Amino acid sequence: MDTAMLIEKSALVLLLFLISLGVAAYQTYFERKLAAWIQDRVGPDRAGPFGILQPIADGTKMFLKEDFIPAKADKWLFIIGPGISMFTALITSSVIPWGTNLNLFGRDISLQVADFNIGILFVFGVVSIGVYGIMIGGWASNNKYSLYGAIRASSQMISYELAMGISAITIVMLTGSLSLNDIVKSQHGMNWNIFYQPLAFFIFFITSLAELNRAPFDLPECESELIGGYHTEYSSMKLGLYLFSEYTSMFVSSAIMAVMFFGGYNVPGMDAFSGNILAILSIAAFALKIFLIIFVIMWIRWTIPRFRFDQLMHLGWKVLIPVAIVNMLITGLVVAWNQGWM
Amino acid sequence: MSLQMISVILGSLTIASGLMVVLSKHPIRSVIYLVITFFFISAMYILMNAQFLAIVNMIVYAGAIMVLFLFVLMLLNLNKEMEPETTRMSLFTAVIAGGTLFLVMITALRDTFQYGKGYVQVPVQDAGLVEQLGKLLFSKYLVPFEISSILFIAAMVGAVLLAKREKQIID
Repeated sequence: MDTAMLIEKSALVLLLFLISLGVAAYQTYFERKLAAWIQDRVGPDRAGPFGILQPIADGTKMFLKEDFIPAKADKWLFIIGPGISMFTALITSSVIPWGTNLNLFGRDISLQVADFNIGILFVFGVVSIGVYGIMIGGWASNNKYSLYGAIRASSQMISYELAMGISAITIVMLTGSLSLNDIVKSQHGMNWNIFYQPLAFFIFFITSLAELNRAPFDLPECESELIGGYHTEYSSMKLGLYLFSEYTSMFVSSAIMAVMFFGGYNVPGMDAFSGNILAILSIAAFALKIFLIIFVIMWIRWTIPRFRFDQLMHLGWKVLIPVAIVNMLITGLVVAWNQGWM
Repeated sequence: MSLQMISVILGSLTIASGLMVVLSKHPIRSVIYLVITFFFISAMYILMNAQFLAIVNMIVYAGAIMVLFLFVLMLLNLNKEMEPETTRMSLFTAVIAGGTLFLVMITALRDTFQYGKGYVQVPVQDAGLVEQLGKLLFSKYLVPFEISSILFIAAMVGAVLLAKREKQIID
């Protein structure tokens, strides 16, 4: 690896880090404005014009609060919990192809930090590690509500991971590759996977909501039953990290959904452009797709009420997994037929 | 840094975290050290260019099985006061069992020194990648692969039956 590549990758990592955090911060603003709009209120409008500085005010507030660790809590695990959450939320962005190659200073720069040949599996690996942040934090707080929240979160995430994986396999079957880069390239122009696999997208979307602990699946932090769920005992920036990691993973998983089902950076009619113009166009298209998916996720939160826990398990095990398996079988048969294996 | 250096460092970290699993007094911390050990083993796989195995090891062991371990331990809420007292007899049996395991490990180590050449044997460049692994599984190792999948199904059906048993009595 030469030095230029090292610099270029480090710059990309830093940029992605800042963008993820910035987007996450402004997602909170957007979510509050959207909630206000849906509930016919004004929403935050005091900090700056249209309340645009609200996230900064919130962040400052988080930092200035007292950082409290309960006396009987397991101190180290209590500190590590939010860190793991944030780490797993951020690291997935390293395998996402953010756009076509950008030409800067005479070098072709790939807008993907690591072109893994098993990108999708990496994403699932990180998702499965993400449970630890919540579990460890919830247990270490030494509070029964936190423990309930942690246990709900982990059982929910393990149950929905299955259906998520099975629905994602159909995309791998269609593409014939586990690399996210290949998946995006195979959807060139308007040839998006959503037109071939609408059912898989539907399942993937629902399971993503469950993995994100977003409404209607936000039982781990269900405030009417569990006070605050797994982060009941957290305060200051540790709580901030938990809340922030939720928004960051929302951003990243929207990006994953855009990559897998909505063609990633592909736009219809992209062949008319080339070079840097194409790169900028592709990044803009990708950002727009991510924005729309985030909008739908927030829209769902303020529309659909929370599930009951038995309903959640019923939906996961008895509805989503069988449907996903049937979908996978049919896809397999069609792929085998097209390849002439039958 | 050479490959050998990296593998030595990784190996010692793996062994250190593995030791911490046993030495740590707290069951939850033991589980977390075990998760860390799995991560180091995954890193070893990556070092041998077997990325698929590395990630699958992470998803299955670190991501699923250890979560269930942690789950059970959290519900049990083990602590010092509830620890059962160890009798002289159980100490004695533990020493014998541990000693036997140690003997097996020593013989295995002796074999590697005898037959193994060097520290890391990096396989053919892309032997661990998904394509190669899939081709091998569906040609050379087809029968073992299918038999193990039948075993899995049998275990799954057994688990479902065990979990459902109470209901059948009510019927």
